Amino acid sequence: MAEARLRQLRGRDPLGLRRALADRLLPALVGAMALLAALALAGADGAGRLAERWQQGEAGQLLMQLPRETPVEPVLARLAALPGVASVAAVPEERLRQLLAPWLGEVPDLPLPHMIAITLRMETDQIPLLEVVQTIPGAQLELRSEAVRLAMRLAEGLRALSLAMLGIIGLVAAALVAVATRAGIAARRDTILILHELGARDGDIAGRFARRLAWLCALGASGGLAFAIPALWYLAMQALPVVLARDAQPDDLPWAWLALLPAAAALIGWGTALVTLRAWLRRLP
Amino acid sequence: MVRFSQVGLRYPEGGGAWALTGIDFALAPGSFTWLLGASGAGKSSLLGLMHLSLRATEGEVEVLDSRIARLQRRGFPALRRRIGVVFQDYRLLPHLSVFENAALPLRIQGMTEARLTADVREILRWVGLLERAESPPTTLSGGEQQRLALARAVVARPALLVADEPTGNLDAAQARRVIALLREMHRLGTTVIVATHSEALPEEYPAPTLRLEAGRLVSHG
Repeated sequence: MAEARLRQLRGRDPLGLRRALADRLLPALVGAMALLAALALAGADGAGRLAERWQQGEAGQLLMQLPRETPVEPVLARLAALPGVASVAAVPEERLRQLLAPWLGEVPDLPLPHMIAITLRMETDQIPLLEVVQTIPGAQLELRSEAVRLAMRLAEGLRALSLAMLGIIGLVAAALVAVATRAGIAARRDTILILHELGARDGDIAGRFARRLAWLCALGASGGLAFAIPALWYLAMQALPVVLARDAQPDDLPWAWLALLPAAAALIGWGTALVTLRAWLRRLP
Repeated sequence: MVRFSQVGLRYPEGGGAWALTGIDFALAPGSFTWLLGASGAGKSSLLGLMHLSLRATEGEVEVLDSRIARLQRRGFPALRRRIGVVFQDYRLLPHLSVFENAALPLRIQGMTEARLTADVREILRWVGLLERAESPPTTLSGGEQQRLALARAVVARPALLVADEPTGNLDAAQARRVIALLREMHRLGTTVIVATHSEALPEEYPAPTLRLEAGRLVSHG
């Protein structure tokens, strides 16, 4: 019984791929690729979340400054009537003095302008608001949204860069698998030819290579992921208090995407090996 | 069964010289044929066309009632499985045991482990290698390796058996044993063609012959 089982196991590898495609170098290289891919994925996800948060929380916030002698209430009424304005509120003078105190000290006699906090809804056209501001002598609008937009553009750029890196990592991984497959073909050329002449289908031979390489890639990617997760968690713990003013939470990491990495690596290994082998086999009579 | 009509073969890497020209013959089902000729006469090329490892440059090759030129690529594996081949240099797989080498054609056909074990043991007993079933082929003598190659060629009970100089590397006693096995396959109904440069074998075992000289068929009978 044990003998038959042993035979069955050997028979599953007539090409001797367990030796020809050893489980050391390729998984190590794919593991390094997976580590980089995990960093790129987390970078893309983090940049995306940051941009989303800024867009939702900060982009619609504006601050209007009015000369001290201008009555506030009519301006508030005009602003509140504009399309897309979610809220309008005058900042209390006491609050302004509190905000200035660290820089100017206690100066109760200092004349301060009126400040009005305006919140716009998403995707609001700012032109009507700017037109109103121009009709009020001495009024100034602080376009915080412009700064936020620039920051968002930066975050989107980072996200695109991370995704491009991910694509490059995928291509490099595919190239690695193609090189490993060619090395495997060179090592087992005679065996492949014999199987071909005994009537093995191209799909059978290519499938054996593809399954072996898919397994090695999945193994390597799982190893790379094991290194990547503690590194990503450390980065999140360091970065989030600075960027979002809060501690890192477990759901700050893109777990679903990270979990897909070994499967994606296996798919790259399987597909690349299949294409490489079939192209080579097609040259045989 | 096997029919060659005005077949020519030219290797692209051979500088354009013809390895075979104007080959015309037919083998009847269940026949035993000697393919004779000196080294370089074209015997291996002709057998290569017959077991589909080469494609004719011109003319028509028909093997097991299939016209090769009209056969689509996906049809070749099924046809190859009906042809057994014994190579002069054995072409055994060194990383597999004697049993696994003999079992290869059955595994390629997708036969279950339970079914193939009985068939492979029977064929190894037939060629006298059952006791060496778990040994690597590299530990066998030349004669034993050739018998293993023969076992692999016939284990799937092919309709056509092609043997290229199967006794070329063997002493007289081993050669007789291999020829006896080939004749036994013929007796069981397989069409057998055996290439040899030896003139003694056809004299010792009379059978129809094809004789090649410089890539041309000079006699058939």
